Amino acid sequence: MDFVSILSIFVMACFVGYYVVWSVTPALHTPLMAVTNAISSVIVVGALVASAAAGSPAAKWLGLGAVVLASVNIFGGFAVTERMLAMYKKKDKPAPKPGSGGGTH
Amino acid sequence: MEAHAVNPWVAVLYLVAGVCFILALRGLSSPATSRKGNRYGMIGMGIAVVTTLVTHEIASLPEILAAIAIGGGIGFLIARRIKMTDMPQLVAAFHSLVGLAAVLVAVAAFLNPEAFGILGEGGNILPVSRVEMALGAAIGAITFSGSVIAFAKLNGNMSGSPIMLPGRHVINLATLGAIIVLTALFAHSGAAGPGENPLFWVLVGLAFLIGFLLIIPIGGADMPVVVSMLNSYSGWAAAAMGFTLHNTAMIITGALVGSSGAILSYIMCKAMNRSFLSVIAGGFGVESGPAGGDAKEQRPWKRGSAEDAAFLMKEAESVIIIPGYGMAVAQAQHVLREMGDQLKAHGVNVKYAIHPVAGRMPGHMNVLLAEAQVSYDEVFELEDINGEFAQADVAFIIGANDVVNPAAKTDKSSPIYGMPVFDVDKAKTIFFIKRSMGGQGYAGVDNDVFYMDQTMMLLADAKKMVEDINKALAD
Repeated sequence: MDFVSILSIFVMACFVGYYVVWSVTPALHTPLMAVTNAISSVIVVGALVASAAAGSPAAKWLGLGAVVLASVNIFGGFAVTERMLAMYKKKDKPAPKPGSGGGTH
Repeated sequence: MEAHAVNPWVAVLYLVAGVCFILALRGLSSPATSRKGNRYGMIGMGIAVVTTLVTHEIASLPEILAAIAIGGGIGFLIARRIKMTDMPQLVAAFHSLVGLAAVLVAVAAFLNPEAFGILGEGGNILPVSRVEMALGAAIGAITFSGSVIAFAKLNGNMSGSPIMLPGRHVINLATLGAIIVLTALFAHSGAAGPGENPLFWVLVGLAFLIGFLLIIPIGGADMPVVVSMLNSYSGWAAAAMGFTLHNTAMIITGALVGSSGAILSYIMCKAMNRSFLSVIAGGFGVESGPAGGDAKEQRPWKRGSAEDAAFLMKEAESVIIIPGYGMAVAQAQHVLREMGDQLKAHGVNVKYAIHPVAGRMPGHMNVLLAEAQVSYDEVFELEDINGEFAQADVAFIIGANDVVNPAAKTDKSSPIYGMPVFDVDKAKTIFFIKRSMGGQGYAGVDNDVFYMDQTMMLLADAKKMVEDINKALAD
């Protein structure tokens, strides 16, 4: 892919992001931050490339370090988002459902 | 060696991952669809990781799996155990990890460009790629050190009050300028082999420094903006690395996260009527109180008791509860919901009103109320509920202060002038839970609501006070 097509994808994605994020309800802004945190750890792709490659041992270890960091974020970010989202409930439904996500009580 | 020109399906898979991430954010438009959205996010991440693993020659799969297991285990444990009140710290900590990971990946690409397919002819790293990796490393480093400071401030390891270095604007601008010049030099330099150019290290070092310098002058009340801003940076760092790797999943994600953080920063600034630049410049809340504040302290005010509050609210038709950061500090969300339930049992119409900047991050109060099992259709945003105070019998303020201060509407000299606030002064009765009459919100401004005829101050720890009200209601 040449630079211009990559740039096009980037610019389009910025617009998509703009409209999608404005449609997020303010009540869910904290989960929004948690989940954007998780998905920005897609940087793990770069970390995997670095750690998989032969050639530079230093680069490999840096890559592995980045894999650890990004994994903390991926698993932690999605899990904490899930935990928060499970707490958002509407009334008129019997609220306490065992196993429907772990709020601390 | 050519890592990009492989199977076109690989690029399609990364695109699918990117689309999954868009759907993840799209799901958050309503609580009903949000969990499905989160699943899309997980699927997207799974696709991206598996695609990478399958399409690259993996020299050491066990090591990689071990790294994922270690990181994933830690992340999962933290996510299970974290208290909802500590969510701002957690998010700041997670941002710092993304930032550091971006730096590590950029450094790895610098040392081993061949693996990333960015080695040009003559054994030099392509100039475009040099700019991209310098940007990725710099933004990542700023995200990292900035988030570490934000974490320390939010977590109480460091005072939340601004730290003002003399000449900090000059220092910051000079450092930023130096980073830009170094990036240009790095791209044009003749020394462009793997790991060859020492300018890269200077650049990364300066970026760590500027992240630190940018956040220390910013006070606790501005943390919602800072956290959102760092969120944005972590996205741009991912996008820059996506350019280096020609990876659509990373570019789409980076753009999404970058715009998301930027929009949240904008919403937070608007909710405080502050410009983004003035927040970044820092120093808000450094004044120990406006002139004449001491004189105002002497004005008469009424003290109420838990019994007064219980009695009046029980008889009320409608009660609007306004929670703020103080509720989070006191962990009073659960007892508050019990109070709401008891009032509803007495036939009172109970609503919760949330200001965009209540708490230490966007949406913080909503999560705490959700945790306490307050139904989300009883929780209202500022503009949706502000017209109802005129008809409300009771406004019940717990741990909030600046967001109910009428000075924002009337007093042009007030530091919070122009900030949209709740019209609590229109309610028939106001209960204001506060620790003591001394402390004055984060903006350091006195609040006329304390001294109004219809206001009763409930001076106590928020949780203790609500527990007492609950007891009185039960009697």
